[in-house]
Amino acid sequence: MRHDRAGDSPLAEDVLAVEVSDLTVAYHTKPVLWDVDVTVPQGVLMAIVGPNGAGKTTLLKAILGLVPIAAGQVLIFGRPLPEMRHLVSYVPQRGSVDWDYPTTVLDVVLMGLYRRVGWIRRPGHAEREKAMEALHLVGMADFAKRQISQLSGGQQQRVFLARALVQDAKLFFMDEPFQGVDATTERAIIQILQRLRSEKKTVVVVHHDLQTVPEYFDWVTLINVRRIACGPVREVFTEQNLRAAYGGRMAFFIEQREEGC
Amino acid sequence: MSGALENVGSIWDLLTSPILRTVALGSGLLGAVSGALGCFALLRRQSLVGDAVSHAALPGIALAFLLTGTKSSFGLVLGAALAGWVAMVFVLAIVRTTRLDENTALGIVLATFFGFGLVLLTFIQRLPNANQAGLDTYLFGQAATMLHEDVLLLGAGGALLLGLVVMFWKEFKLVSFDREFAATVGYPVQRIELLLTLLLVAAIVLGLRTVGVVLMSAMIVAPAAAARQWTHHTGMMVLLGAIFGCAAGVAGAVASSVVPHLPTGPTIVLVATSWAIVSLFVGAKRGILWQWLRLRMLQKRLAEEAILVGLYELAQVHGGERHGHTEGALRALSPNLLRVRRRLRELEQRELVEETSRGAWALTAKGQSQAQQIVEKAQEKR
Repeated sequence: MRHDRAGDSPLAEDVLAVEVSDLTVAYHTKPVLWDVDVTVPQGVLMAIVGPNGAGKTTLLKAILGLVPIAAGQVLIFGRPLPEMRHLVSYVPQRGSVDWDYPTTVLDVVLMGLYRRVGWIRRPGHAEREKAMEALHLVGMADFAKRQISQLSGGQQQRVFLARALVQDAKLFFMDEPFQGVDATTERAIIQILQRLRSEKKTVVVVHHDLQTVPEYFDWVTLINVRRIACGPVREVFTEQNLRAAYGGRMAFFIEQREEGC
Repeated sequence: MSGALENVGSIWDLLTSPILRTVALGSGLLGAVSGALGCFALLRRQSLVGDAVSHAALPGIALAFLLTGTKSSFGLVLGAALAGWVAMVFVLAIVRTTRLDENTALGIVLATFFGFGLVLLTFIQRLPNANQAGLDTYLFGQAATMLHEDVLLLGAGGALLLGLVVMFWKEFKLVSFDREFAATVGYPVQRIELLLTLLLVAAIVLGLRTVGVVLMSAMIVAPAAAARQWTHHTGMMVLLGAIFGCAAGVAGAVASSVVPHLPTGPTIVLVATSWAIVSLFVGAKRGILWQWLRLRMLQKRLAEEAILVGLYELAQVHGGERHGHTEGALRALSPNLLRVRRRLRELEQRELVEETSRGAWALTAKGQSQAQQIVEKAQEKR
């Protein structure tokens, strides 16, 4: 079934991992994203930043086909998403699910492999092994049998990360993975990001901490309903663009950056 | 003496009678199916859907009778299923086109359909037709008149529903836990949810004749809520839901046949809900009782540690190790401490503290080293 899909032929190296053009998304009649263009080359770690309510999560969800698009187009490796879904992996905000759900850490990670296992069949030994490998990578192997209701916020985040890793995707979308996590988890996520970069994977991260953008990422998109800027961090992560995205709320951060320099 | 024996004998006759066997089997099947599917309704926070569907089934039953004149359970069940389905479509339409949320929409649809059903029922009862009697049993159910044919319908329907749950197990589990993720990996989430809701509607409709439209939602919620208290695994929860539902069905059927004038449907529901309440308190995994006990133990341990550390710090500040300190001094150090004297006596029994003079306490050598450990651990964490 899989081999005749477009994405299994080797991808051209110069094709964009994500190409969003003229994207508009509205809830009821209020636009959340207005005429947004975003391009993400392959192999970059990109942060999406912007103030609260700027549409960061909506942009991610629109790219992933989770919210209806009012206008515009999204291409993944040059093709529409449905053809490329098997190359895409998503790490939702951890608050988006009920962690009181009766299941174990290993089970949640295995969910990343359900589609590959196919209808009716159950995940077997090979899938279990793969899930354990991913749990090792995020430092959660000892928690495999643990109830998900007993995890801390950071551990929940790492479980979601492991579920994404088992998918063997080429393009990752992560929604606020650093939100409210402990230092161990932050280190684990950074290690995973660097590992993915070294494997030439593309990662798009909704991020809220402006301080760490230059340290963690090499590409950045600034949005506030409209796109402010999109490009390499060194070129577009400028005071002018930040002011354009955040308005007056930026003063504090910019002062701090200047002191640091 | 012989009267008692006769009594036992007649109860035994009752228990082994084919009528009870039919009723118990049917009720058990119904309980198992609604218990299993109820788990998914509970996990998806859709318990109210069961309520709405079962109440909405009433006009379906009445209309099926009015339009076709049938009284066969199959024909009436079909009408109930259709009405339940139309009700769900209405709910979805209300949620999509208005700003009302799902709960409000469910409430509106439930009341409207049920009211309409009652009107139709009253109308039917006034019809000059002897044949209509018995339709009102669908209000509160009537298991006692269950026929072989009904049990077959329950058995076949239940097997089909449970078979589908086993077949789509992975998908149902994933969609119930994280529907957005399921969508991103390419599952037709809406169709899977639709199937799950359809199965729930079918389970409810199957139970209508036994338990009735008013109480059927309890058979969806109660076994599932009880099962949730005993396990942390989805599979085990669904299995337990089925077992609890089945047990409630059989127990209710037996009880109502042994005790005269005890209605079967409501008895089944009472058994199921009683078990849910018991499980809420003593359930192995989440029982309120255990949570309370754990909290008490933790509070006690923290209080003990606070006393040990308090005495340790007092000794360091003044007086040296052997100098006794009063309860008052300990309370001054940590004002939230409760039952200081009792805790001190307990610590004394474990030879961690000793009373140096009346009302004055100091750490023993053992208590000293334990307090030191606690302090060091706290510093490490910092």
